[in-house]
Amino acid sequence: MKFVDEFRQRSQTESLARLIAEAATRDYTFMEVCGGHTSAIHRFGIPSLLPDRVRLLSGPGCPVCVTSADYIDRLIALASLRDVTVALFGDLMRVPGTLLSPAAAVAEGADLRVVLSAHEALQMARSDPRRKIVFSGVGFETTAPGTAVTVMQADSEGRDNFYVLSAHKLMPPAMEAILKDGTRIDGFICPGHVAVITGASAFDFIPERYGLACVVTGFEPADLLMSVLMLIRQVNSSSPSVETEYSRAVSREGNQRAQAYLTEVFEPCDVQWRGLGHIALSGLRLRDRYRRFDAGAAFTVSLPESIRASACICGEILRGVRTPPECALYASQCTPEHPEGACMVSEEGACNSWFKYRHDE
Amino acid sequence: MCLSLPARIISIEGDMGQVSVGGVIFQAGLQMVEGVRVGDYVLLHAGFAIEKMKEEEAMETLRLLKEMEDAINGSDGDEVC
Ligand code: SF4
Repeated sequence: MKFVDEFRQRSQTESLARLIAEAATRDYTFMEVCGGHTSAIHRFGIPSLLPDRVRLLSGPGCPVCVTSADYIDRLIALASLRDVTVALFGDLMRVPGTLLSPAAAVAEGADLRVVLSAHEALQMARSDPRRKIVFSGVGFETTAPGTAVTVMQADSEGRDNFYVLSAHKLMPPAMEAILKDGTRIDGFICPGHVAVITGASAFDFIPERYGLACVVTGFEPADLLMSVLMLIRQVNSSSPSVETEYSRAVSREGNQRAQAYLTEVFEPCDVQWRGLGHIALSGLRLRDRYRRFDAGAAFTVSLPESIRASACICGEILRGVRTPPECALYASQCTPEHPEGACMVSEEGACNSWFKYRHDE
Repeated sequence: MCLSLPARIISIEGDMGQVSVGGVIFQAGLQMVEGVRVGDYVLLHAGFAIEKMKEEEAMETLRLLKEMEDAINGSDGDEVC
């Protein structure tokens, strides 16, 4: 596949691994904050190519993992209303809510259907004007512009049976929250696809305010290793900055069209992250002009009380404080078939990736 | 869900296009990418093309990788960087 195979050659990974081993003169901890990176790192066995002194930690970048149980409860409650269908991304189906996951709710009669895009949800609304379609808007800066475009389309065609329940979130405020919370790292493997939209400059505050190294990174083995090397060199020369390894897709200023759609439709708001708590101005809600598409305002639902106590340590894993095998439930009570926490459900969750690719270690 | 893949545009109709990801065909909203044409590669994310892939930049990164590889293989034991 073009733009993929070229970055998967074995000779590249071998030479990069050697260069990293030579450059690593002390201990380094880098955090990847994108779920796509977490999954790629484990799938390609990147940790086994790194010297022991170089440690990679997973951060809060899997949108499924940081979606609160309350949000899942709300989707299920909406889908249980008589004339409402909830359209959601497949990754969310098995995420535990307070009492049920969406998949379990379907078995009990709730109308939740998997879609591949916001556009597909709008298409459902067009083809059945009597049903109300609620699109579950989950994801970071990469996904939110697609929701925005779709809301604008619904608006221009005067649709009155299409809604969005937004759990869209912004990545840079979460990265800052983690740093303020005291997570100690030497640098970030910055999220490549978020940066496609925001531009690499969205991370400038990290070297400026926190003195940490940053490299915006692609998703193939050569990308990941190259970025680790670039991070090590930044640390060694005490010159933290934001470099872009993933320049085939990312520019300094980002995709301005996408940014324009985002700001037209959404405004930042305070939201709750599963595991990280409340982070100021890290969520996106519909602006007043588009409020009539807000499923949260359009429907009244009652939610189960949050009573669920669990030994799941997802929160600490999302902050990079602990790793999955340190969880008492990992691989015993919690497996991809019977997930206890969201990090085990999602393909991009740290627990899921560890279980699938590193369980034998 | 965070997965975004390079996809080749195979047809365009208004602001929607059909794209191929290694032979598998998807629908893609093209609203976020300006002036794309059939044959161009875009990054596909949740049903939208979120950016045009930059061929020259890809070549540049590959050239850099190749240089590193040559340096390390050609000069075993010598200083490489
Ligand atoms: S292994 Fe399961 S229970 Fe433990 S932190 Fe991960 S998701 Fe939560």
